[in-house]
Amino acid sequence: MTEFQPKILAYCCNWCAYAGADLAGTSRIQYPPNVRIVKVMCSGRVDPAVVMAAFRRGMDGVLVAGCHPGDCHYISGNEQAAVRMAFLRGFLDEVGIERERFRFEWIAGSEGGKFARVIQDMVDNVRRLGPFRPESLVAAGGGAR
Amino acid sequence: MTQDSAAEPAGGMGQAPGNAAASPVPGGKVGAVVVVGGGVAGIQASLDIADSGFKVYMVEKTPSIGGVMAQLDKTFPTNDCAMCILAPKLVETGRHPDIEIIAGAEVEKVEGEAGNFRVTVRKRVASIDPRKCTACGRCSEVCPIETTSSFDEGLCERKAVYLPFPQAIPLSYTVDRKSCVGCGRCAAVCPANAVLFGPEETEVRTLEAGSIVLAPGFEKFDPTGLKEFGYGTYPNVITSIELERMLNASGPTKGHVLRPSDGRVPRKAAFIQCVGSRVGKQKERYCSAVCCMLSVKEALIAQEHTPGLRTTIFFMDLRAFGKDFDEYYKRAESEYGVRFVMWRPSHLSEDPATGNLRMVYETRDGKLAREDFDLVILAAGIRPPAEARRLAQVMGIELNSYGFCRTGLFGPTETTRKGVYVAGAFAVPQDVPDSVAQSSAAAAKATAGISESRGTLKVKLDRPAERDIGGEQPRIGVFVCRCGINIAGTVDVSAVVEAIRNEPDVAYAEENVYTCAQDSLRKIQDKIKEHRLNRVIVASCTPRTHAPLFQKTIQGAGLNAYLFDMANLREQCSWVHMREKDAATEKAKVLVRMAVAKARLLEPLHRQRIGINRSALVIGGGISGMTAALEMAAQGFPVTLVERETRLGGLGNRIHHTLEGEDLQGHLKNLEERLLADKRITVLTGAEIRSIDGFVGNFKTVVEIRGAGCRVPGAGTEGPGTPHPAPGTLTIEHGVIIVATGGREYVPDGYLYGKDPRVMTQLQFEEQYAAGTLPPYKTVVMVQCVGSRSPQRTYCSRVCCTETVKNALLVKTEHPDAQVFILYRDMRTYGFREERFREARDLGVNFIRYEDDEPPVLDEKGGKLVLTVRDPVLDRKVRIHPDLVTLAVATLPAAGTPELAQLLKVPLNRNGFFLEAHSKLRPLDFSTEGIFFCGLAHSPKFLEECIYQAQGAVARACTLLAQEALETEAAVSVVDEARCRACGRCEEGCDFKAPLVKVWEDGRLHARINPALCKGCGKCANRCCSGAITVKHFTGRQIEKMVEAALSDFCAGPANGGVRQDGG
Repeated sequence: MTEFQPKILAYCCNWCAYAGADLAGTSRIQYPPNVRIVKVMCSGRVDPAVVMAAFRRGMDGVLVAGCHPGDCHYISGNEQAAVRMAFLRGFLDEVGIERERFRFEWIAGSEGGKFARVIQDMVDNVRRLGPFRPESLVAAGGGAR
Repeated sequence: MTQDSAAEPAGGMGQAPGNAAASPVPGGKVGAVVVVGGGVAGIQASLDIADSGFKVYMVEKTPSIGGVMAQLDKTFPTNDCAMCILAPKLVETGRHPDIEIIAGAEVEKVEGEAGNFRVTVRKRVASIDPRKCTACGRCSEVCPIETTSSFDEGLCERKAVYLPFPQAIPLSYTVDRKSCVGCGRCAAVCPANAVLFGPEETEVRTLEAGSIVLAPGFEKFDPTGLKEFGYGTYPNVITSIELERMLNASGPTKGHVLRPSDGRVPRKAAFIQCVGSRVGKQKERYCSAVCCMLSVKEALIAQEHTPGLRTTIFFMDLRAFGKDFDEYYKRAESEYGVRFVMWRPSHLSEDPATGNLRMVYETRDGKLAREDFDLVILAAGIRPPAEARRLAQVMGIELNSYGFCRTGLFGPTETTRKGVYVAGAFAVPQDVPDSVAQSSAAAAKATAGISESRGTLKVKLDRPAERDIGGEQPRIGVFVCRCGINIAGTVDVSAVVEAIRNEPDVAYAEENVYTCAQDSLRKIQDKIKEHRLNRVIVASCTPRTHAPLFQKTIQGAGLNAYLFDMANLREQCSWVHMREKDAATEKAKVLVRMAVAKARLLEPLHRQRIGINRSALVIGGGISGMTAALEMAAQGFPVTLVERETRLGGLGNRIHHTLEGEDLQGHLKNLEERLLADKRITVLTGAEIRSIDGFVGNFKTVVEIRGAGCRVPGAGTEGPGTPHPAPGTLTIEHGVIIVATGGREYVPDGYLYGKDPRVMTQLQFEEQYAAGTLPPYKTVVMVQCVGSRSPQRTYCSRVCCTETVKNALLVKTEHPDAQVFILYRDMRTYGFREERFREARDLGVNFIRYEDDEPPVLDEKGGKLVLTVRDPVLDRKVRIHPDLVTLAVATLPAAGTPELAQLLKVPLNRNGFFLEAHSKLRPLDFSTEGIFFCGLAHSPKFLEECIYQAQGAVARACTLLAQEALETEAAVSVVDEARCRACGRCEEGCDFKAPLVKVWEDGRLHARINPALCKGCGKCANRCCSGAITVKHFTGRQIEKMVEAALSDFCAGPANGGVRQDGG
């Protein structure tokens, strides 16, 4: 019986989080291969709809990562993202998606180690929860885009 | 931006021999520059010169450009991969239509004068024609001769026919004539008939140029002669550059640190600093400036690569003086456990049985310790380039007493011959960012003298017409990079190619050894035409460094730059899943599928051409700002200088003497006179920036003029004598901004400062010394690192050690009987300043080192000052009764820096200095286009460093001002005006004021986004309550299709059934 391999989607901003993921690479910091990164220019572009799109299509966990407060290339995109993601969290509770399946993080371009740690953490946590069943979401009527 | 067809062969002599069109301006100055040397300094100078509208001939003596930086594994203090950041520059240089690389060549003769030089160059005729060579490597395979690889520092073998290194430019195999026996096998197998076999020949060319830039680099010190360390005798004693090659993943040991004697993994390694620096004969006593940081970096990387390895650095003074260096050093100590021992070993002895090296040193408590290390690394210093003397003779320039190029404090890039400039380590031992900044400065100086000929020799390019792909089905080409073994060592690249080939809409897929290599780029263009590809995916490294290169390539084949995407198989796959090869291969397939899914939905996007206001604004009127304004005017562009104070000069006004005795106040006066006399320069003093609007090419800045002291002598073309503007506000329109806001002194809160008049900062000491108002003194104590290298300000202020030495020498020269104590942590008198530090010791200045956890204590008892400090040599507390105490206080960013940063929308680093776009290769640029900076606004630095940074910032800005029009961002957000409900949320949330809600010409109220202001971040789309905003190139649909593709390898479980879709 092979171990459950969680599917994690990571929305990373181009300037910090994506660069942090790159740094994990140049520093050869190893982390589980269960993550797929989708690059966006700014975490502020990640709207609740694209996070829900990932869950609805069967992702087991979703990470949204942006610059630390004050570091945003677009000045306030990350802080706007934080507000939206806090709102989204309430919505996820509502439709019964466990909290550990969704994470919002500040990851700097210099934090390769942090990127790897966050991924490792998420993989461990989501593995404990088991696969996410998007049909339960549809049943609960929460699949709104 | 210049665009080029990648199908152009790289440099070489292949292009039009001679330069018949060299003098289109009869009797005028030649709009071309000869750059000698193709290392990072020569590359930066060449790119800046060529991007400003001049022709460059780059003369490099080896077969490839790249220099020593190409040999480095990582760069401090960010641990960026050196080749990863250099390679795009190499390629850009190789492809630049206005740069001709003349490799394997040396300058023989220089005739003429500034503006009209005739430069005679002798070039070895390449045994393998770079225009024909496809770098397939067959020649090297059949070559029977093995010899040591100089690129790998002799640590491994290579053939006599070889590629200098995988990213070489020109990308061509070459023959090592010294080792070749002339068997001819290479010629026989070459499929391209590129091998021209025969006796070695040279050819001579004469180049006409207006200026010359010398960037020949440096020679690595060879420690073979130093018997005490046994280099060359003890196999486990290596140099730092040898370790650097070992640490490199494509180096001789594939990134593993191994002992040369037995190939074992070392457990304990020691670095010995200052080998070939600071000791020995007078002409070798300078500090090589880079080795401390190089060793810290190597220790840190070696420990990362080698589990269980412990490293120790034996140093005299740890000179981590650059921006963010001290923090890096501290991290190496606290996080990585690198051990630092202040001691210079006198010798090493080898245990012949084990190959271990024994070292005897004194510990902090004064005891002698013996310790064995199984690897010792000598931090070998920087020597003048081997050809320095010959070059000096040919060029007619002088060298300094150390054999480096002679320059002056006020002209850090100027040689002793007019029209000949210097950049990089030939001027002074220095690291990459300083070399890069100085190279930009040399570019500014080299082009200022010939600015009237700007554009006269520029190649007129016709970018291939863009193919209209409207109505075409997606035909996607996928190019998967092996990156040598960087990707292919972990990911089964062929399997990825096979998997992707069968994806719908993929018309072509192949693998490349290095997709970024010139021949691969050419192939991409060929395949686009052959297979009528209309989307291209490169699956290789990170798009952050390489996307522009590939985008230019597909543009060269007639495709819009946005019909391109990358899959990051290296940084985000092979390098992070090295132990899970199968999973990494599966993930790589998915990453490419995700890119394919997005590529199907990519659409061509176009930049808009916008006009550029070809003038500059300089903020700050200190030495940096004044220099920048004058250099900008010398380039022929109008400039406005805004200074907050009523007086120009900044901190420079308070410096009364310099280390080598130059007349700084005279220089300042001269700058000011030239500034006020120049009609192209408007000077506004007593004026403050109130707002900055607009964007690159079209800034609008509102300046508040307070009245008193304000002068506008230039005032455009009016000439001197224009009346002062009235107090109020003035709006200035300009195309670029140079920030030169300078710094200020930290005001200490300890050491009785402000309470006792005998305690003062170094600058106050200078002022009082110059004014003759110092109290009588016999004993002076100078305390270093007051406010620097502390938890509150983690950085080193760089200049204070030298300032203190300068003032100590002043005291000792005037009052030889005075006692001077300097209490320091590390004396960081790097470069040629080292000699003055030595002189101070020779004159009897007492140096007492203190630890950061035991700073000196100053008290006052009965009217007397009492200073207590622990002397580590005597191992006891000493008490001094000084008559004067000077404090070497930290340099802080200027007051108002955070406010200005906000107006400019640019970031600051954690210590409050402005943050550059890239600490190594873009030290003077902000990541926001059109804004540059220099001087103390960047970080603490010396006068000459401020000057070359100011000149360098001008060169960077001129790469924009030289253009007639600029192009906007193409990937912007757009409003579906029919769906917009005019709620205004986009307008509220945009930091760039790009969306505007109003009644437009269609008579309806809705939002519209100005593409010239939009940065494409997409926050507005997130805020939009009616889903009316599309973020181009990152559309919701593109993201959803990527998510679906991301699930394609997880096929188990019903939950994912039917998820896999091939969107169209």
